[in-house]
Amino acid sequence: MANIVIDRIRKSFGTFEALKEVSLTINDGEFVSLLGPSGCGKTTLLRIIAGLETSTSGDVLIGGKSVTGLPPKERGLAMVFQNYAVFPHMTVYENVAFGLRMQKAEDARVKAQVEKAAGLLHIEQYLDRYPNKLSGGQRQRVAVARALAVEPKVLLMDEPLSNLDALLRLEMRTELKTVLQSAGTTTIYVTHDQTEAMGLSDRIAVMHNGVVEQVGTPVDVYNYPATRFVGGFIGNPPMNFIKVPVTNGQVAAGSEPLMAPKETGDEVILGLRGEAVQLAPLQLGLEMKVRVAEPMGSHLLLTGSIHDQPVRVILPSSETVRSGDVIGLKLDPNRITWLSPESGKSFPAAMAR
Amino acid sequence: MSAQTTSKASPAGFVSSSRWLLWSGIAALCAWVMVPIYLVALGALGGRQGVYQWPKTGLPTGISLDPFILFLKTEGVLQSFLNSLGAAGITVALSILLGAPAGYALARYNFHGKDGYRLLVLLTRAFPLAILALPLTVSFIRLGLYDTIIGVGLIHTVLALPFAALVTQGIFMGVPRELEEAAWVFGCTRAQAFFKIVAPLALPGIVATAVFAFVISWNEVFAASVLTVRNRTLTAYLLTVLSESPMHYRFAGGLMLILPSVIFIFAVRRYLFAIWGISSK
Repeated sequence: MANIVIDRIRKSFGTFEALKEVSLTINDGEFVSLLGPSGCGKTTLLRIIAGLETSTSGDVLIGGKSVTGLPPKERGLAMVFQNYAVFPHMTVYENVAFGLRMQKAEDARVKAQVEKAAGLLHIEQYLDRYPNKLSGGQRQRVAVARALAVEPKVLLMDEPLSNLDALLRLEMRTELKTVLQSAGTTTIYVTHDQTEAMGLSDRIAVMHNGVVEQVGTPVDVYNYPATRFVGGFIGNPPMNFIKVPVTNGQVAAGSEPLMAPKETGDEVILGLRGEAVQLAPLQLGLEMKVRVAEPMGSHLLLTGSIHDQPVRVILPSSETVRSGDVIGLKLDPNRITWLSPESGKSFPAAMAR
Repeated sequence: MSAQTTSKASPAGFVSSSRWLLWSGIAALCAWVMVPIYLVALGALGGRQGVYQWPKTGLPTGISLDPFILFLKTEGVLQSFLNSLGAAGITVALSILLGAPAGYALARYNFHGKDGYRLLVLLTRAFPLAILALPLTVSFIRLGLYDTIIGVGLIHTVLALPFAALVTQGIFMGVPRELEEAAWVFGCTRAQAFFKIVAPLALPGIVATAVFAFVISWNEVFAASVLTVRNRTLTAYLLTVLSESPMHYRFAGGLMLILPSVIFIFAVRRYLFAIWGISSK
């Protein structure tokens, strides 16, 4: 059992608050991503869990045991670093074996474990080479193999794919998922790349300015963002935010008015995923002025405005819309996120559906 | 036809001219170092006639080791040579043992007064030895360090230590911190991580620092002259003796000053270069 409980962690660097009371629970065997733009505190949080950084206050529990104050080596975890941190003066074999050697494992066990990890990551043929003879992708594999060879209870990964080119990243992502699924290790994965987080994770914790804005499955985070930031950060194109007037608890949208949440005042922000719309006759739908229409092959990307506010929507490529057209859009009420204009938070009704 | 040959020859010509440049550069650099040493050696080994012979041939005629051995047998030469080695050894050992940890702390930790400390380290070189000579002599006599090799070694350490600390700081900064953190995560204590990961990678730079400390001590003459009477280092001994010696003795002394540094650097040369792709900045 190696669940991780992050309990009200704070971290300040001088007057700058990098983490403002972050709490998060990660279940045994779960893959959780910390996702956010650079400077949001995700790497700081990971380093606190690893014991490479001390928190200003708060506690971290691994497997029910507080590890605050313990050095990294006594926390029973392994880590993959952003720049791989493969030891340049050791062969690949010795790199992968490093953790086991430090545990004073017998030679037979070291050999078996190294070969197993190397097999998983397809680096058997490089075992007697030095890292400076390897490409970035191969070094990356060595770093992951080194982490898996010790069979850690907890695996921490700090943007492990960010230094690879796009094609290799895609390939490594698939392989990581295969390898980690079979290992069943509790994993925390730090990334700023939403597709990585969406594709790999059981759950995503979206961070912004030292705060966890939302924790949820990739689908929930995508469909029901808790805050305006989450909606804008996740998804490509990002969620559209349209400020609309509310009259008698309703928002006018063509022939069928939408029911606004009860808590709203005179105005509400309508959060709309670009693909959650259908083309409708002009009078029956919400009016959109199309500025640019881009046929992308798989879909049609429209950039324009609704209520004079910029929006991007996606239609099936079978529709014919041209730049300059004015079209009507029918919205799916179940896929609308209502947000408070004051706080930027979504109304909980959205989550209930 | 000529156009054809030039167009054919031009890539090869480029390669060969760059190769020519490379080799002539190497030859010039070698000559820069080797010719003076050669001339000194010629003077030292050629005996009395060789030194005063004119015009000089530049060729090793009448060479024998006898004049040099005679010089070595002169009273005090061998002892002062050993004294110099001892003082340099103390300097190298102390400036690495004290300077490298200081450099490591400067490279890895943020502490109050870090910049001030760095400045203070350099300020030890701000006071000319000439000013310090008298008080130093007095306190060395009181401490019982006067006229000892340990005393000279200590003073030379003071001269070499600022550079050792600042140079090793740069070296340790060149070893990525992530490597050390990875070692911690995979089961190392701080000390283990230092000796297993940081030290091997910093070795070329540390050896370079050692060479530097050695040369500083080996060449230093003022403090060594002031602080010793009988236990002179080679430089101090030669300074007092050579002005009254025949010419070929002076050359022999010069050769003896040059050789150990050259041999020492030659011995550690492989550590001076980057071995695993991490340069010693």
